[in-house]
Amino acid sequence: MEIVLSAAIGILAASGTWLLLRPRTFQVIVGLCLLSYAVNLFIFSMGRLYVGAPPIMPKGGFVDPTIYADPVPQALVLTAIVISFATTALFLVVMIASRGFTGTDHVDGREGGQ
Amino acid sequence: MTEFATEHLIIAPILIPFFAGALMLLYEDRQRRAKLVISLGAAFAMLIVSVELLTRAKTHGLAGGRDIGFYLLSDWAAPFGIVLVVDRLSAMMLVLTGLLALPALIYSAAGWHRQGQHFHALFQFLLMGLAGAFLAGDLFNLFVFFEVLLAASYGLLLHGSGQLKVRAGLHYIAINLTASLFFLIGVSLIYGVTGTLNMAQLSTLIASLSEADRPLFHLGATMLGLAFLVKAGIWPLSFWLPTTYMAGAAPVAAMFAIMTKVGVYVILRLSMLMFGAAAGPSAGFGAEVLVVGGMATVAFGLTGVLASQGLGRMAAHLVLISSGTVLAITGFALAGGGTAMLAGALYYLVSSTVAISALFLLIEPMSREEGGIAAMLALTADAYGLDLKDEDNQPEVGLAIPGTLTVLGLCFGACLLVLAGLPPLSGFLGKLAMLGGVLGADTGTEGWVFVTLMLLSGLATLIGLIRVGIQTFWASEGVVPRVLALEIAPVLALVGMTILLTLEGNDSLRFMESTARALQSPAIYAEGVMQAPRVEEIQE
Repeated sequence: MEIVLSAAIGILAASGTWLLLRPRTFQVIVGLCLLSYAVNLFIFSMGRLYVGAPPIMPKGGFVDPTIYADPVPQALVLTAIVISFATTALFLVVMIASRGFTGTDHVDGREGGQ
Repeated sequence: MTEFATEHLIIAPILIPFFAGALMLLYEDRQRRAKLVISLGAAFAMLIVSVELLTRAKTHGLAGGRDIGFYLLSDWAAPFGIVLVVDRLSAMMLVLTGLLALPALIYSAAGWHRQGQHFHALFQFLLMGLAGAFLAGDLFNLFVFFEVLLAASYGLLLHGSGQLKVRAGLHYIAINLTASLFFLIGVSLIYGVTGTLNMAQLSTLIASLSEADRPLFHLGATMLGLAFLVKAGIWPLSFWLPTTYMAGAAPVAAMFAIMTKVGVYVILRLSMLMFGAAAGPSAGFGAEVLVVGGMATVAFGLTGVLASQGLGRMAAHLVLISSGTVLAITGFALAGGGTAMLAGALYYLVSSTVAISALFLLIEPMSREEGGIAAMLALTADAYGLDLKDEDNQPEVGLAIPGTLTVLGLCFGACLLVLAGLPPLSGFLGKLAMLGGVLGADTGTEGWVFVTLMLLSGLATLIGLIRVGIQTFWASEGVVPRVLALEIAPVLALVGMTILLTLEGNDSLRFMESTARALQSPAIYAEGVMQAPRVEEIQE
């Protein structure tokens, strides 16, 4: 499981980085999405990997923390997902506005050769 | 009752702009006068609260006579729940935020706030994010408040629209989204290694990290540092900054003057807490990078000031010089430098931020062609499809000031003196204190390079600004621009602040010195937060 997860994070991050450095706004936004997926998975993995362990403990009495998954990274991931989703949506709007103003989808607002 | 008030006063700088901003979203955007009043009222209330917090931090008036105050949200004990912390440094930054917000809002009333939707609401959310970032006691809340202030800043940067703004906004948002991802990687690595996100607890854990974990922790701290250094505009992560600041509307740019300082503040706070002398093998981590990067930023900024044609771009490069200087000093202090230079840097930070903010507000009145803002307003209103028949949309009814050029020239001169670090204003005191501190400490060659750069940057600022001044005030012919009192009053207020800072130089420097001393003994902060009593315990 560790290999699969780390390979997934690595591939997402590598593709995201490559796309982020491309000159078209659409590539940049897809790159940002892929990168944020990679980061979300990474945060999740920082709570260590568990199989079938619930993150929420029952109320009262003694609980053995070792049989539960760490809830903090899961809470962090939720927050991070919401925030990156919202900011990406905003970026999309700016991207469309830029396209409207300049008539091109190049990130600098003009084609490279000009 | 007073105990209750103290306790809850700490969260007020976040709640006041939050409620004001949320309230304004409920009303139609045409009620601008009402929104302006609410906005000004909220900013003023926030300033009052911040000043009160500052006074208490200064006079040991925070809960239980300590130097730092805490607010445990939902009364969870410190390392587990969310904690807000206020000490001298964060109170000072809060006051600075309030002091910049009021003039920017007054300036916006002269016309800018009419040029797009929801200016005041976004402005309040920006204030909320800033206050939260200054008060946050754990890394994840720092992230959340950073995102709040960034989201608001995206909206504000695009305020007024236009091709230049949209293009600059596109770059600004892409850079900051990427930096936020670095932030998250750093936060999660640090959590993975240490199991905590609370800054105070982190600072006590670092000395005892195992040898296998330490490189990972350093990697996490580096990632985190990268995110803040992008915001602080360190070279070579700063190429987005001049265009962005130049493109922003005047009141927005004036408020953005503190945005780089948020990055500087977090770097200062975290590096002093985590990598101070008590950090064992990690002590002084990153100091070299800060010193070299800071000095490179100053060099880049001063070249930029000399190369700039317009005042806008020049002011943006002055922002770089200012944050580069403070970053370099942070590096020196981290490497074991004295309290004196850190105190000087804090003083310099405040005075240069205020002066740059004033300069951003001066750009427009100074470079105004005939017709000025009225023509521009009509143009953008056209592009935006706004209804010009709005009741409060009659342009240019405000009071124009007499002796325009004299007043503008005096304000510009004051900004120049502060930024170039010439006597008699506060820039000189700040630079003198910093240089004295650097020369007094044993900093070797790097110290001398820094001193040289400092003097050169002063010279470059002087040359650049005087060139603009001569063009505007002496070599210009024709019609004197019409400047509204609403536009010049905020600049006068900001200039007045730098003068006040100079007159109270001795007291301010003493305050900065005790701030610097507190920063250099992170144990006070750490113990204070960890032992913060819960309400339940107090009542028992």
